[in-house]
Amino acid sequence: MNAPLILNRRRVLAGGGALIVSFSLTNAFAQDQAPAATPPLRRPGSLATTPYLDSWIRIDADGSITVFTGKAELGQGFRTAFQQITAEELDLPFESLEVITADTKLTANEGYTAGSRSMQDSGAAIQNAAAQVRELLVAEAAKRLDLPAENLRTENGAVISPDGRRLSYGELVAADMLHVQAQPKSRLKDPATLKVMGQSVPRVDIPAKVTGGAAYVQDMRLPGMVHARVVRPPSYGAQLTECDSSAVEKLPGVVKVVRDGNFLAVVAEKEFQAIKAMNALSLAAKWKESASLPKQDDLLNVLTHLPSQDFTILERGDPSVLSSKSIEAIYTRPYQLHGSIGPSCAVAQFADETMTVWTHTQGVYPDRQAIAEMLRMPPANVRLIHVEGSGCYGHNGADDAAADAALIARALPGRAVRVQWMREQEHAWEPFGPAMVTKLNASLDSNGKIAAWHFEVFSNTHSMRPGGAGALLAAQHMTQSFAVPEPKPLPLPEGGGDRNAIPIHTLPSARVVHHFIPAMPLRISALRALGAYHNVFSIESFMDELAGLAGADPVEFRLKHLDDVRGREVIEKAAQGFGWKRNVRPADRGHGFAFARYKNLAAYCAVASELEVNRETGRPRLVRAVAAVDAGQVVNPDGLINQIEGAILQSMSWTLYESVTFDDTRITSVDWQTYPILRFDAVPESVEVHIINRPGQPFLGSGETAQGPAAASIANAIANATGKRLRDLPLTRKRIKQAIDA
Amino acid sequence: MMTLKVNGREHQVGADPDTPLLYVLRDDLKLNAAKFGCGLGQCGSCAVIVDGKAVLSCITPMVLLEGKQVTTLEGLGSVSEPAPIQRAFIEEQAAQCGYCIPGMMMRAQALLLKNSKPTDAEIRAALEQHLCRCGTHMRILRAVRRAARLMETTDASSTANRSAQ
Repeated sequence: MNAPLILNRRRVLAGGGALIVSFSLTNAFAQDQAPAATPPLRRPGSLATTPYLDSWIRIDADGSITVFTGKAELGQGFRTAFQQITAEELDLPFESLEVITADTKLTANEGYTAGSRSMQDSGAAIQNAAAQVRELLVAEAAKRLDLPAENLRTENGAVISPDGRRLSYGELVAADMLHVQAQPKSRLKDPATLKVMGQSVPRVDIPAKVTGGAAYVQDMRLPGMVHARVVRPPSYGAQLTECDSSAVEKLPGVVKVVRDGNFLAVVAEKEFQAIKAMNALSLAAKWKESASLPKQDDLLNVLTHLPSQDFTILERGDPSVLSSKSIEAIYTRPYQLHGSIGPSCAVAQFADETMTVWTHTQGVYPDRQAIAEMLRMPPANVRLIHVEGSGCYGHNGADDAAADAALIARALPGRAVRVQWMREQEHAWEPFGPAMVTKLNASLDSNGKIAAWHFEVFSNTHSMRPGGAGALLAAQHMTQSFAVPEPKPLPLPEGGGDRNAIPIHTLPSARVVHHFIPAMPLRISALRALGAYHNVFSIESFMDELAGLAGADPVEFRLKHLDDVRGREVIEKAAQGFGWKRNVRPADRGHGFAFARYKNLAAYCAVASELEVNRETGRPRLVRAVAAVDAGQVVNPDGLINQIEGAILQSMSWTLYESVTFDDTRITSVDWQTYPILRFDAVPESVEVHIINRPGQPFLGSGETAQGPAAASIANAIANATGKRLRDLPLTRKRIKQAIDA
Repeated sequence: MMTLKVNGREHQVGADPDTPLLYVLRDDLKLNAAKFGCGLGQCGSCAVIVDGKAVLSCITPMVLLEGKQVTTLEGLGSVSEPAPIQRAFIEEQAAQCGYCIPGMMMRAQALLLKNSKPTDAEIRAALEQHLCRCGTHMRILRAVRRAARLMETTDASSTANRSAQ
């Protein structure tokens, strides 16, 4: 992964090796030439793996400027943020820029758009590349004007001399001027002088989305395009025993029935013809199923009894010594859906020995590799182009739909094939967020501080994203099938099931064990925040339980155990914005608080919430939530607020309502009736987000930082309102009612 | 062939009469705004306006629409000339992925056509069957309230212009 992108033309120019051109004002040349005793500085963000400036920024002779990112716009709004960053560092009008996103032919390989890393990886690369491009342009102008570079300034896409002479970037740029490797350090703009960064610039993608413009892969219409539908097996592992498709082939508009082992699909001229044919084909298909699913209502036992690989990921002091004042608790999380509102979709075309796939995958390069392997084609003959889809929140059906489209398109050379998953298929076949179990115990010392902390987490991996073809449903189902790859625990410090399992708090003795479970009874992969959602829910619920044991205010108790200054400021900001007061709450309402730093290395977030419980029905209503967030230097404040607001509401939905249901054979939560999510009647009266901006500090990923704190804040508010602690997600009306009545 | 009136224009459509309106809009008329979300009438992504009322196009067969006026988001305005509801959603930045938004906007438009000053509870009730997964709800509610204000001032100013003439 992350091999540098070097186009063929460049290889020729570089004579097979790296063309390294030093430029003025830096002394890093020596570092590149001779790696001495001290290792060279790492280039910022994804420049570390894709160092050439022209992999990120292209200036054409006509002055038009294009920014390239290997990340995929998923509705987070980073396209706008990257445009702001480039406009700022290059002194360009914001509107003059075009941003090209993930495309295996055009952009850097930045792996997956995941882990809240887009700003850290791509944002940092673009910012530094833009700053260095600016210096190259100034140096070129200095040469042409015979003036010292420091006498020149840049403005509105041009270098300007003190006497008013103006050389536009388009005039200055020469053939391969930007085909140089970035230096490790850049002269970034002084945070005090920023004009475009730090502003809530309106998102560039919204106007098309609210006027019916073509905005999604679902909206693509290529010439001669046909519509395909897949008939998925009724359950995991089901075998297609019989399928007489002759009647289906005669249906109006049907172009082809594609069968390859257990992979079954139908192609028609028009979309609704494809749906009718899919229904008919589905009736014609006979499957042999096997009962292989665990007991849905016994996940605690299932997960804690499956074989596991155990890793002690933190051992400090002697946590086995528990004082008399100690408590323990077990928290569980069910399987949960990404639940994109638009089911997965892809368009593929096989022409001139090349497969082109338009997809909303989060990783065009890894998905290309997997699809190439599935088709037994060289990756160079497969091109993946990211086109936005409906929000995905992790690894949903996107990659599988891309594989479906490619497999079907290969059977219809020349024709563009659009595959659209049905709602029931997305619900049943997307890889779910894994079920998890956490076991905690801790004790307090005589001062009411935590003396010992013991945390165990039981979990599958949290990523089965394509690397190999075996990750793709189509490849698993075809005759010459590919086996599902061995699951692996994701390495710390980011982690997977153990993401945020290590507490950020200052604890004298602590032990944290990750029980990694290789067996995956249900198909799972990455769901927004991975293990951090449940681990933070558990830790921050348990912090409240311990605060109760200590007779302390939950906010004070947290501050008492946290040395991290930025973390403390975020907690204080949220408490202040909420008007947090010890033991003050309206009748039938509860106040809850929670905090985390995502992955212990990305953005900080605290959420305070006020929640009302109807004691008759058990129904919870989140009345208001107040969050504080520190995401380092903020590029677009409204974009950040939008992300945090959304994360709080989505996490609220997961936390109060959601679990995948199944019997011993099939997934039974297959639509929005059987898998209910948040609706407008339960939307809070207000959600407030306070930003602590850190000008000049690195960008800290924020897209997932609120998922855990929001969940625990709500759980703590329920406990505060009812006096009952709920530890099994989701915290449904029924469970709250049972707890009240118990 | 059936005649279908969409956004003020008549179209001759050759699709089977049982074809849901959604596929006629997207596949035959090449309109993007109405989205496929569930095909089951459960999520609201496909909502359009038929004779002033919000209708779920994914479960409404074309044959039922003979002689009726269908309006999609495209029929309200454009990027260069946005309708008040579109301006409101842009000004409130009321989208993340945006996939559910066109359906929400059509439902809100239908509400505002019959109730120009809805209460917060009325807006929530109107949007109740619409799902958003990004959690953009707070902004959607704000955008609908803003649209109501914008429509009022637009109406007021157009009335003022007329009386001035």
